[in-house]
Amino acid sequence: MCRLALKTASEPFSPFSVLQAMEAMQEGYDGSGLGLLLRGLHFTDYSYKAGDPVLSGIAHTEGALHRLNAMMQDLGFEQKYDHEFEVDFSKVEAADRFKYILRVYKKPKSWENFSEEEVEHELMLTRLALRKDGEENGGDLTAFSFWPDVVMIKEVGWPLGVGEALGLNTNRINSRVCMAQGRQNTNWGINLYACHPFFIQGIGTMTNGENTAFIPIKDWLTGRNFPGYIGYQSDSEVFAHILHYVTKQLKLPLEAYKHIITPLKTAELLEHPQGDFLRGLRDACRRLIIDGPNAVIGTLPDETCLLTMDAKKLRPATIGGKPGEWAIASEMCGVDAMIPDRDQSLDYQPMRQHTIIVPPDRQEFKIWSQFDQFPLPQAA
Amino acid sequence: MVSIRSIPATPSSLTPGDLPWVIEHREDRCTLCGRCTAVCPVNAIKLTYMRQRMPKLVLTSTERGSSFRTFVGIRQKTEIKNRCIGCGSCEMVCPNAAIKPQPNTMSDRFKFQNTAGGEAEKRGGRRNVPGPNLLDKIIFNRISMLTDPALDAGRHEFYLNTLLGRVLSPEEYIRRKTTGEWIPPVREIFPFIIGSMSFGALSPNMWLGLLQGVAYCNEVLGIPVVMATGEGGCPPWVLKSPFLKYIILQIASGYFGWDEIIRAIPEMQCDPAAIEIKYGQGAKPGDGGLLMWFKVSKLIARLRGVPEGVDLPSPPVHQTLYSIEESVMKMIQSMSMAWNFRVPVYPKISGSNSAKSVLNNLVRNPYASALLIDGIDGGTGAAYNVSMNNMGHPIASNVRDCYLDLCAQGKQNEIPIFAAGGVGKNGNVTQNGMGLIMLGASGVHMGKFMMQAAAGCLGSESNRCNVCNVGLCPKGITSQNPKLYRRLDPDQVAQRVVDTFMAIRTEMKKIMAPLGRSQSLPIGMSDAIGISDESAAKRLNIKYVC
Ligand code: SF4
Ligand code: SF4
Repeated sequence: MCRLALKTASEPFSPFSVLQAMEAMQEGYDGSGLGLLLRGLHFTDYSYKAGDPVLSGIAHTEGALHRLNAMMQDLGFEQKYDHEFEVDFSKVEAADRFKYILRVYKKPKSWENFSEEEVEHELMLTRLALRKDGEENGGDLTAFSFWPDVVMIKEVGWPLGVGEALGLNTNRINSRVCMAQGRQNTNWGINLYACHPFFIQGIGTMTNGENTAFIPIKDWLTGRNFPGYIGYQSDSEVFAHILHYVTKQLKLPLEAYKHIITPLKTAELLEHPQGDFLRGLRDACRRLIIDGPNAVIGTLPDETCLLTMDAKKLRPATIGGKPGEWAIASEMCGVDAMIPDRDQSLDYQPMRQHTIIVPPDRQEFKIWSQFDQFPLPQAA
Repeated sequence: MVSIRSIPATPSSLTPGDLPWVIEHREDRCTLCGRCTAVCPVNAIKLTYMRQRMPKLVLTSTERGSSFRTFVGIRQKTEIKNRCIGCGSCEMVCPNAAIKPQPNTMSDRFKFQNTAGGEAEKRGGRRNVPGPNLLDKIIFNRISMLTDPALDAGRHEFYLNTLLGRVLSPEEYIRRKTTGEWIPPVREIFPFIIGSMSFGALSPNMWLGLLQGVAYCNEVLGIPVVMATGEGGCPPWVLKSPFLKYIILQIASGYFGWDEIIRAIPEMQCDPAAIEIKYGQGAKPGDGGLLMWFKVSKLIARLRGVPEGVDLPSPPVHQTLYSIEESVMKMIQSMSMAWNFRVPVYPKISGSNSAKSVLNNLVRNPYASALLIDGIDGGTGAAYNVSMNNMGHPIASNVRDCYLDLCAQGKQNEIPIFAAGGVGKNGNVTQNGMGLIMLGASGVHMGKFMMQAAAGCLGSESNRCNVCNVGLCPKGITSQNPKLYRRLDPDQVAQRVVDTFMAIRTEMKKIMAPLGRSQSLPIGMSDAIGISDESAAKRLNIKYVC
């Protein structure tokens, strides 16, 4: 079982504060890995221009770094910023780390006339090409994300240890959203790609628990023939891809995610105001029904954050905070550690029918129940 | 050369010891009540007078040396048509445990002779391959242990149903909902389906019992069980009853019973569960249905619109068949149209190397609702031995290939595959069915198993009984003779149907709970199963475990 923490605040904060909060939940992970996703970036030594894609990854060898440089150049990307982590390699467990990559690029000139969708597609293809290149070269290049305003860091080790090793305590990178996962290794060996959060086209999710319906879901997603639906080193990666599929491909509102991963029962749908549509949707997306126990925590490109549960064994998670600042964690002590000065009585643990949505304005969080009506295209 | 007639040794002379079943009769216990001979469906035993010499030592020459006694006893006939079928009815009725059939463990010479009059051997029932089949060997080995503790089969809620019908891709579904276009009908049903057994093959009491049981499962227990008619229609009162919604109507190449069905459409209170178009059957692939004359009673003749007492062989192919593609398309479309596109219509084929081509054809046909594949272990009311034993394709790899093919196209949710043929053949019905579901089937059909579980059918893979074809069913399951079928009480059959489905439901939960599954039927969850046969594991693309 892994430990999850997400903090979202109107004012950028240091990811290190979230790593410190992870300490509170220490029993739940075993130091096999840490994953971080930062969104709403703020660098002290660089003024980031919205829309510029940020590449996150690791070059494990010098050769890989050269290949990366060459590839990006060939693709027409212009490098605008290269964040130099103050790495203390003695604190990094793994031996094959040459350079942690956090680079801001300018999109190629040739993309000028691309639609937003085309740009997003190309960005994903670029990340996949880098990943493939790494895989073809003995795994010497790892690419976690390539997207505007998003940084991802994944490393083996204890969260605080990794934070210190990468110099995240120096406050040089801050963000408005930070997702962190301390990993309990239940997968096949330690693979950086198996580390949460998972990312695809601006959408990031992390989960704790096991996804017992993984294989049928993976088989179905793979069958979409969408280039980004690959990987699956972890059974939790499908949660990110389903969220992507629902919001980006089907273009349904965020609320529909819950109806797809944990649809209501037939008898419940017969009573639901949109039951007819939802029943058909459940049938059409039947292969995406998850079978937890899971708590899914995620963020969307507009900095919306969400938390939702599976429909049965309720791996609990809590949200708490105050206007402008909210924390979601798999344990209550995690919320305490992230935002100690809040009214605890307003903390909330969603039930099986709930999706918690923290909108970008962060004034309050919304508890949306599956039994309620939700805005749908004319379809419903 | 003229043969010597004094020794009864024709090429076909057999002794009881040459027959598949040998009667063991204990004269010391027999009271000569005659019940066994009266009950025997094939007249295999007779009460007969026998004479025994009583030798005695005589010292005077005026007396004869021996005397004789005459007595009455039971003897087994050795004519082929009267061979004992091992049904055990005699044993069941004997008040003194004086008689029982024993399987012949020595050479079964009967096999070489069972072609009298040039007739190749025919029978009903099943393939004769005893022992565990591949499905019996599948184990469920992805046990939730660590981060996802197993569920509680007794207390958790489980979603066990499956879908029968064409499911649109999510994109297409949303598009059609937006534009208000036709959405194909989809039924939510229990994944264990009572497979096609025709009204004609089954006795009226059996049929009624099944239907009663199915109705109870649906209406009282909330288990949405459906049953399929075979070829041969459906009793008119059922067509016009609210029970029709639990029935899959089959249309096969003889079109028997379809006059009645079509005529009843305006009076139907509800739609049938689905329409099954039979192109093939696992027990006798490439062969049409066969109802032998023994069973074409007055009622059956009326239902099927034929004269009484004639053999009813259906052609192997549909008469509309020019090419399978065209036929499938035309028939699916016309059947859909008959119910105004409100009823799922799907073809049933026999397991075959060519199943994948049929499937791919269906994928492109927007009206095709599913594909039912019937494997080699399927049963039948009547078929030639050679067809039953040797023709066809085992179901497991057939279903698996088809499922993986659909996965490669990303269409595994759109066309559900149903599997049949040997499900529960050795009594492990839930394990067999769930194995097939995890290999990719959306549900399974079971016929023989239902006859055995619900009506006590005596048939076995060691060729016990299996005379369903000639209307002599000792249990009254597959006979149209009221003397026989009145042995079967429909209420008791219904009770057994209900018992059976309740047990299957519990066992499904007992399988799903340890796998950590409860929210949806684990279709294609191939990571959960393993088999200790390396080549089978490789072929099925599942884990080899030992
Ligand atoms: S077992 Fe059946 S067929 Fe054989 S003698 Fe007894 S009743 Fe007749
Ligand atoms: S009991 Fe009836 S149905 Fe069963 S094998 Fe014998 S004849 Fe066939």
